[in-house]
Amino acid sequence: MMDAIIEAHDLVKRFGGFTAVDRISFAVPEGVIFGFLGPNGAGKTTTIKMLTTVLAPSDGRLLIAGHDPVEEPLAVRRAFGIVFQDPSLDDELTAAENMELHGVLYRVPRVERRARVEALLRFVGLWERRDDYVKRFSGGMKRRLEIARALLHRPRILFLDEPTSGLDPQTRNQIWEFIRGLCRDEQVTVFFTTHYMEEAERVADRIAIVDHGRIVAEGTAAALRQQTGGRTLEDAFIALTGHSIRDAEAAPVDRMRMMRQVWRGRR
Amino acid sequence: MNAVFILWLRQLKRYFRSRARMIGSLGQPILFLLALGFGLGPTFARAGRGDYVQFLAPGIITMGILFTAVFSGIEIVFDRQFGFLRETLVAPVSRLEIVLGRTLGSATVALIQGSIVFLVCLAAGFRPTHPLLLPLALLFMALIAVMCTAIGTAFGSVLQDMQGFQLIMNFIVLPLFFFSSALFPLPDLPGAVRLAVRLNPLSYGVDGLRGALSGGFAFGAATDLVVVVGLAAILLAIGAYLFSKIEV
Repeated sequence: MMDAIIEAHDLVKRFGGFTAVDRISFAVPEGVIFGFLGPNGAGKTTTIKMLTTVLAPSDGRLLIAGHDPVEEPLAVRRAFGIVFQDPSLDDELTAAENMELHGVLYRVPRVERRARVEALLRFVGLWERRDDYVKRFSGGMKRRLEIARALLHRPRILFLDEPTSGLDPQTRNQIWEFIRGLCRDEQVTVFFTTHYMEEAERVADRIAIVDHGRIVAEGTAAALRQQTGGRTLEDAFIALTGHSIRDAEAAPVDRMRMMRQVWRGRR
Repeated sequence: MNAVFILWLRQLKRYFRSRARMIGSLGQPILFLLALGFGLGPTFARAGRGDYVQFLAPGIITMGILFTAVFSGIEIVFDRQFGFLRETLVAPVSRLEIVLGRTLGSATVALIQGSIVFLVCLAAGFRPTHPLLLPLALLFMALIAVMCTAIGTAFGSVLQDMQGFQLIMNFIVLPLFFFSSALFPLPDLPGAVRLAVRLNPLSYGVDGLRGALSGGFAFGAATDLVVVVGLAAILLAIGAYLFSKIEV
């Protein structure tokens, strides 16, 4: 097996008395597509935040591309690209300007930046729309642009937090095709979360299932099915995490997301 | 090109692209200039204080800068809401560079807005007394812009959503404006109000700008400059500190 590019040892995150992530350990070998699945509130997003230097762990050890996110946040940030659960583009800028801004923030040299922007925008089919404002884009187009942007600085790892949520099946399939194509060409390790089990089953080389802040199972989709006797990954997922419905407390960001959706619906 | 520059540029692009906001935020200063300037002008003149538009214009320019700067600073909340903030916070640049680029960008926008208000004042009959002091006036406008943007940055970093915006407008920004010497001359004020005006950082900006444009510093040019530079630096530090504590 190749060396691990993401390593977590006994990772813990506490918020006051609540333990969101409870001694999680896992390793992601370089070049694989790794699915990180779990019900709402299981600790997925908190884990991603720690992996991506946004949140400091309460305890445990992390190594991202050989660097500790707490001690060398900038080195870690250079090593990954991320597509967040919510859009993170500037709607008032054009597609090309969003790419340009990212390239400058990541210090991609000008000549290379131009070439990369063109190649990536062409790949995701947005080159013709490069001078359009992002606010005119559909949800699927924004997602494609975000994926292209996340890969602009040639990261070794790509984090995708529910990259296909809220998109129709056609767009979801297309997004995964882009991700797989790009990762093959760019040799990137992918770490993603999703609620769509059939996507995870189809795409992921390895899967970890988390619940209540702990990893309850890890392996290939086939291994997880075998372990639980389920016919699909969804069966295995339910068998491992139970039938109860989780109510994650809505953070202000979630409330804003809701408000924004209401707004969009109204227009 | 670096991070500070590209984020500065972004603020400018956003400003020039939203014409509605640009024109909309001119409405308030123009309204104040016309209604107060011409409404209270005769009374002001009869009290022996001279031409009110001449007195008022620097205050109105300050108003234009203040509102644009604070609002532009508070835009951090929108960036948080629309997700763009995260993109900058996971980039391999320090928070200081990010907050510096944003603040300078917003301050530049506010300075441009203030300059437009200045032109409007000229159209309304305002005439600077010493053309040679115009660079000093521009310096004061820039310092006011930085100071006010830093206030916006500080609140924008702390607020989770725009619910608190009215609170800040009505309890911070408007009092800052009304209890500065923007609208009325200092010597005639009752003791408590005069104290409020003296404690108000914006008063020194208004006074400096008025001295440079219309003549007559109430606090003295040097005092104005020292106070405004000092406060801009302190508020910038507070804004940058609060920005560095943002969690997304």
